[in-house]
Amino acid sequence: MEYFVQQLINGITLGSIYGLIAIGYTMVYGIIGMINFAHGDIFMVGSFVALIVITALGLTASSGIGIIFASLILVLLCAMVVSSAFGWTVERLAYRPLRGSFRLAPLITAIGISIVLQNYIQIAQGARVKPLQPIFSGGYTLMGGGESGAFLVQISNIQIMIISVTFVLMAIFSLIIAKTSLGRAQRSCEQDRKMASLLGINVDRTISLTFVMGAMLAAVAGLMFLLYYGVIDFYIGFVAGVKAFTAAVLGGIGSLPGAMLGGLLIGLIETFWSAYFSVEYKDVAAFSMLVIVLIFLPQGLLGKPEVEKV
Amino acid sequence: MTDVSQNTTGAFARLDFGAITKDLLVTLFLGLVIFGTTVGFKTKTSVGGLTIETHMVTAAILIAIIVGGRLVLWMTLWSRPAGQSKSIIPDGVKTALSSKMGLLGKYFGPIMLVFAVMFPFLPTTDRYLLDLGILVLTYVMLGWGLNIVVGLAGLLDLGYVAFYAIGAYSYALLAHYFGFSFWVCLPLAGILAAFWGLILGFPVLRLRGDYLAIVTLAFGEIIRVVLLNWYQFTGGPDGLSGIPRPTFFGLAFKRGEGNFADYFGLEYSTIHRIMFLYFLILILALITNFVTKRLRGLPIGRSWEALREDEIACRSLGLNTTTIKLTAFATGAMFAGFAGSFFATRQGFISPESFTFIESALILAIVVLGGLGSQMGVVIASIAMIGGFEIFREAEQFRMLIFGLSMVLIMVWRPRGLISTREPTIFLKEKKGVSSDMVAQGEGH
Amino acid sequence: MTNSNDTVLLSIEHLSMRFGGLLAVNDLSFDVKHGDITALIGPNGAGKTTVFNCITGFYKPTVGRVTAHHEDGSKHLLERMDDFKIPQVAKVVRTFQNIRLFGGMTVLENLMVGQHHPLMEASKFSIGGIFGIKGYRDAEKEAMEIAEYWMEKTGLTERADDAAADLPYGEQRMLEIARAMCTGPKLLCLDEPAAGLNPRESDVLNKLLLFIRKERDTGILLIEHDMNVVMGISDHIVVLDYGEKIADGTPEEIRNDQKVIAAYLGVEDDEVDEAEEIIEATSAGSADKGAS
Repeated sequence: MEYFVQQLINGITLGSIYGLIAIGYTMVYGIIGMINFAHGDIFMVGSFVALIVITALGLTASSGIGIIFASLILVLLCAMVVSSAFGWTVERLAYRPLRGSFRLAPLITAIGISIVLQNYIQIAQGARVKPLQPIFSGGYTLMGGGESGAFLVQISNIQIMIISVTFVLMAIFSLIIAKTSLGRAQRSCEQDRKMASLLGINVDRTISLTFVMGAMLAAVAGLMFLLYYGVIDFYIGFVAGVKAFTAAVLGGIGSLPGAMLGGLLIGLIETFWSAYFSVEYKDVAAFSMLVIVLIFLPQGLLGKPEVEKV
Repeated sequence: MTDVSQNTTGAFARLDFGAITKDLLVTLFLGLVIFGTTVGFKTKTSVGGLTIETHMVTAAILIAIIVGGRLVLWMTLWSRPAGQSKSIIPDGVKTALSSKMGLLGKYFGPIMLVFAVMFPFLPTTDRYLLDLGILVLTYVMLGWGLNIVVGLAGLLDLGYVAFYAIGAYSYALLAHYFGFSFWVCLPLAGILAAFWGLILGFPVLRLRGDYLAIVTLAFGEIIRVVLLNWYQFTGGPDGLSGIPRPTFFGLAFKRGEGNFADYFGLEYSTIHRIMFLYFLILILALITNFVTKRLRGLPIGRSWEALREDEIACRSLGLNTTTIKLTAFATGAMFAGFAGSFFATRQGFISPESFTFIESALILAIVVLGGLGSQMGVVIASIAMIGGFEIFREAEQFRMLIFGLSMVLIMVWRPRGLISTREPTIFLKEKKGVSSDMVAQGEGH
Repeated sequence: MTNSNDTVLLSIEHLSMRFGGLLAVNDLSFDVKHGDITALIGPNGAGKTTVFNCITGFYKPTVGRVTAHHEDGSKHLLERMDDFKIPQVAKVVRTFQNIRLFGGMTVLENLMVGQHHPLMEASKFSIGGIFGIKGYRDAEKEAMEIAEYWMEKTGLTERADDAAADLPYGEQRMLEIARAMCTGPKLLCLDEPAAGLNPRESDVLNKLLLFIRKERDTGILLIEHDMNVVMGISDHIVVLDYGEKIADGTPEEIRNDQKVIAAYLGVEDDEVDEAEEIIEATSAGSADKGAS
């Protein structure tokens, strides 16, 4: 039981990170119907920027808790700004010229951009893995331990932070989509881009902002990943990206809560599979889950069913 | 374009300085943010944690290049009057080229074939070039195989490398456990890969568009992870080594009596084996091409293309779309299986590392860059991609970066690929190419 | 007007189709006779295309039975058949309201796809075809002849080697019919074949349909709004309104049916009158309100 709860906590943490990345996939897919293959690498860039800023600030665990918090906010802002710049530029250079043309073309440029970003970071930052000393440790013991000798269930401060930040961001973004004019513009572009532009919506700008929003969330995920695992390299984007895309499809692509739910599910499946079966086959478990869900529910868990119009 | 001076002055008159300044400022800002952070500061692992190393000069140079580059572009290409081509190549040259291309297109195939056959005997061809030729031909064959699935049937497959892996491992394992020879394993590998194509095809039949893409990607990853972790059977990350080399109808390419060189009274040379491998893959690739071309003209091939064009219309005409999809998947997979077993015998060693997603992406890029459905396009794209990749061999570190960049540039330049005309499979009076604007992209897109 | 042969080709019994809360077709029954041109008419949204989709297997009806009767006495229950088997086994083929051609393939290729099954059989699992066996070559030649025949009948011979997407609208409609005929159907279901055609083209279409009925021994079931076509060529008309059959008979009977006039023409006219009255009444007050 204790072991189970511990895995649940770990799974939700991992799932939150996947969910944040998945939102980027799902938003872009919703609005222009393409798999932004480079999104995972934007996440990786965000993670690296966070690492650079943390190192430049000389942040360590011995800094005061106030300083750590203030610095982390700065780190987060930097990572978000730089990732957004990357996301915006990529959209502008590699996707926008291909809009309205053949749909496979942007997929290929996206794969190209993914290769470019990975190798760019590899050249600029080195190929070796980057370890980061834990900045803030500590946590709470929820169950077990003591005289009973049962399995110790702990939730670390980082886990609390990851889960709470994710849910706050999730709420903020749902509000943006639901209430602001940008959200309305996005939803209308999703429905019918031509009509939206006829009604005076700046479609190009809306799409650019969608990429920027996705990149920002990916940057947040990048920082979380860095703090949680403490090790990053230029290749983390691919694996995390594929998992997050899987999560987006699992949840029903185009749906924001779906992306979050899919992320959590993928995180939980992976964690539980690793804990109870084998670590090696955790990816197989996640992908098999995807295949099974899609066979029985082709539109994903929360997606709108596609009506075949004859 | 005859009067350059007039053109330039005219162009300058048209420059909108406000817009250019704004654009350059935006470029500068993005340059600062992008290069200023990720290039300007390099994290270095050292004793006692990470340290920062600054590379401000490099970052500044990069920023100067992009800002300067955009300025140059504004002053040249982008300032041409509306209606005039924005392309670098002048229109006159373009039309002349396209009319020549039509003529060239007719003879290009045969010329390439003659060249491919002669290639090993050219005086300039050394061991390195021959190896490169084998590599290019392997990708040509894989490209042709994937072309059936993506180009003809319009089903987006991001996990094609899985079938390549299945072919390679089939041969390696059959040879390892049962001692089967290459010539027995080659068809078996194809059949096994096709069988797996059916197994994969079955669940994905109901999926449309990008769901199909992601499931094929997932399948590719599943196969790779299983190969990586099934240590007892596949050797895991260590892979399988000592895979038997192919023989020339039983004659091994070895030193000594009774082997190939001895039998034909030649002096032993390792180049014989390489040449043999070259011709082997050439023949395999040509078989792939021949079969694909024949299939295209048969009802099965036409039903693949019809599926790409309109699935519902297919059903309304009594075509079983399930069978069509499965045959396309299985046929494509079969050729990947053949290519895989060739790969295994050529390398003598295989490991899961050779079958990562990037391979699938590369093969897909070859098919798309070449022009979906075009057999010749695959050849040109393979030579360009694999050959180009080798040109930058010296710049080891920058090779992949350039590779990715050129993928993006070519795609932006020609979204429909290099050869974008569809050739009809049957004609009444004359064969007219169908412009790619009319060809549908299939449900995988 | 009916043909000599008076047997039933397709019978629809108590057909209902429900989408969620919407009853698109309600307890519909009618017969299509062999060698007849039967028209299915009704106002927009009356459920005509839904009936087509139920007949051709794209929808599975909620309730009801759709049977195709062949001359040899065999019966085929279409509502239980996979959609792709209906053209092949029951020989019922359809066209679409929004034309569905294989746009990137030539006219001739489109017609060859229509003859998939005989060609497929001749190609011996494609393996024989790869080696170019004689049986396949003969079958291909025969298929070419059939395709040429239908191109000639639809006036597409000149366009044989052009991409289908390249054809003007009227010719695309013709090609879709030609392609359906290449499958050798017993019943041809046409979903608004005259939509978007100019009077000359719809005249050609009339002639083609009459030819198909007479010479090819094929029944036709069509949905059409163009009354010229409907009244000009149909032998039998079924009128649908809100998913229910309100009339069934010869063109003469339908023309004089009070219910049809009410549903199809009368009420609409009344509504126009009513609307005009309302606009007149309100325009004096607020013009904006009246317009909305």
